[in-house]
Amino acid sequence: MVYKANIRPAWVVLVLLMLFTLAFTLVKTSDTSPVTKKIQPEQEKPLKIDLSKFKNAAENETCLKCHGQSKYTYENPESKKTVTKRMYSELVMNRDVFYVSNHREFKCTDCHSEDYAVFPHAGNLRMEAKANCIDCHGGDEKYAKFKFEKIETEFQASVHSEKHSEDFTCWMCHNAHTYKINARTNENLKETIIYDNLICLNCHGDIKNYQLLTAKTKPNILQKHEWLPNQASHFTNVRCIECHAKNEDTLVVAHHVVTKNQAVRKCESCHSKNSILYASLYKYQVSEKIQKVGFIKGILMGESTSIGPDKSNILNTISLVVFCLTILVIMIHAFFRIKK
Amino acid sequence: MNHQTERLYLYPVWIRIWHMTNALFCLILIITGLSIQFSNPGTVVKFNAAVSVHNIAGIILTISYAAFFLGNLFTANGIFYVITVKGFLLRIKKQFYYYTIGIFRREEPPFPVNDEYKFNPLQQVTYVILMYVFVPFVVLTGWGLLYPEIIINSFWGFSGLDLADLMHITAGFAISIIMCVHIYFCTIGKNPTSNFKSMINGYHESH
Repeated sequence: MVYKANIRPAWVVLVLLMLFTLAFTLVKTSDTSPVTKKIQPEQEKPLKIDLSKFKNAAENETCLKCHGQSKYTYENPESKKTVTKRMYSELVMNRDVFYVSNHREFKCTDCHSEDYAVFPHAGNLRMEAKANCIDCHGGDEKYAKFKFEKIETEFQASVHSEKHSEDFTCWMCHNAHTYKINARTNENLKETIIYDNLICLNCHGDIKNYQLLTAKTKPNILQKHEWLPNQASHFTNVRCIECHAKNEDTLVVAHHVVTKNQAVRKCESCHSKNSILYASLYKYQVSEKIQKVGFIKGILMGESTSIGPDKSNILNTISLVVFCLTILVIMIHAFFRIKK
Repeated sequence: MNHQTERLYLYPVWIRIWHMTNALFCLILIITGLSIQFSNPGTVVKFNAAVSVHNIAGIILTISYAAFFLGNLFTANGIFYVITVKGFLLRIKKQFYYYTIGIFRREEPPFPVNDEYKFNPLQQVTYVILMYVFVPFVVLTGWGLLYPEIIINSFWGFSGLDLADLMHITAGFAISIIMCVHIYFCTIGKNPTSNFKSMINGYHESH
């Protein structure tokens, strides 16, 4: 009489499946993406900035006492009344954002005219030209590694520059008051991706900004990308510029944005051994070891950039060896069976 | 008619239909899966085509697996997958001895097929692992990859999507290897083709 554990494996699997579903539902409901919380650096909760740490902060306050908030107050010299007015939103500088930005040590008049010291500001000051990145950063050894000249050349060749000529400046995407280096320093790849994509969406997803340069009605990005499978995943895991700009692996952030007809449309451009994603950001992240890849993860995932393609050489080698051994054993076995 | 040496009706129609569907779509999935995994511009199967075929085949395999699963929950066929614990290792050893040595000495198989034991012990344990571990794994992770938004974002520092991908290709690889061995072992029958015929006409021919 043999003892039978009289349980069909299918029942065991069924129970495990139900437990898995339950656990999955519980984890999923408590699973909030860390990315969504931090995606908009310019809208972060106010930091307690200690202004005394910044050598120009006191001087800057003469500007920021009006431009640091949504309203400003002055005395009308004729009526002698105190007047409170609203500050136009694009003229408001958020101290919390400015003092963590790359240009935090600057004083306002480093870039803006000294004549702004007079209130009301003279009308012609509005015509003041805004400095572009290359104006300060060009030809400077200290900034050589950021390749501003290369960025400028790429940008000049881009569809942005060609279509809009002088109207399209660095400022369209980068505000010098808030700009903070990101792609080169952020350990969280996903944050960098979303940060970069928000720059594009600032115009391509917002009709107010989009129509500053064109009379075209709002492009529907979701509709235009309907052909893209798993759209949401692609939008949050891939930068727009990976497909819409010519990537050169010497630049972390490509600036040579191309027309939509030249954009990458083939799946295997990324999902392949020679993925274009291996250039630019991902290459930089791996080579500079910015992303902390654990030992096990390194072995399992290799230099993983996209789902699908051949990525981990160690696993590939192991599977090839296992496969060859299996075939070899089968052949030997078959040989001796036939020989008998 | 002595059913020990003659023909034994072992494989009812539903099992044969399931087996054929399973075999066909596993093959399609392996070919398209490899093509996706090692994709490069210029591969034999076009990437987009490979992905579409892989997705559709995956859905059909899920349905086919569900049929197998329900069939083995509620029909007598499920009993063949119940592993008897007592003497398990000894029986495995016996079968292993037969496959590695006994078979070349023209010994009789230690566990001949009969209507109570369709599978020998090694077969049984392999099929249980295959059908109740690897296939559910590959199906679940496959659906996860088809609808990535349902996957957990991160799990112990791994991206949920990468992890699902890794489990999917690992389980897929294991299934491929088992399939190779399975096809070869099918040539061990009354004659090399008799087991293949069994899966068409339903009758097992004994040694």
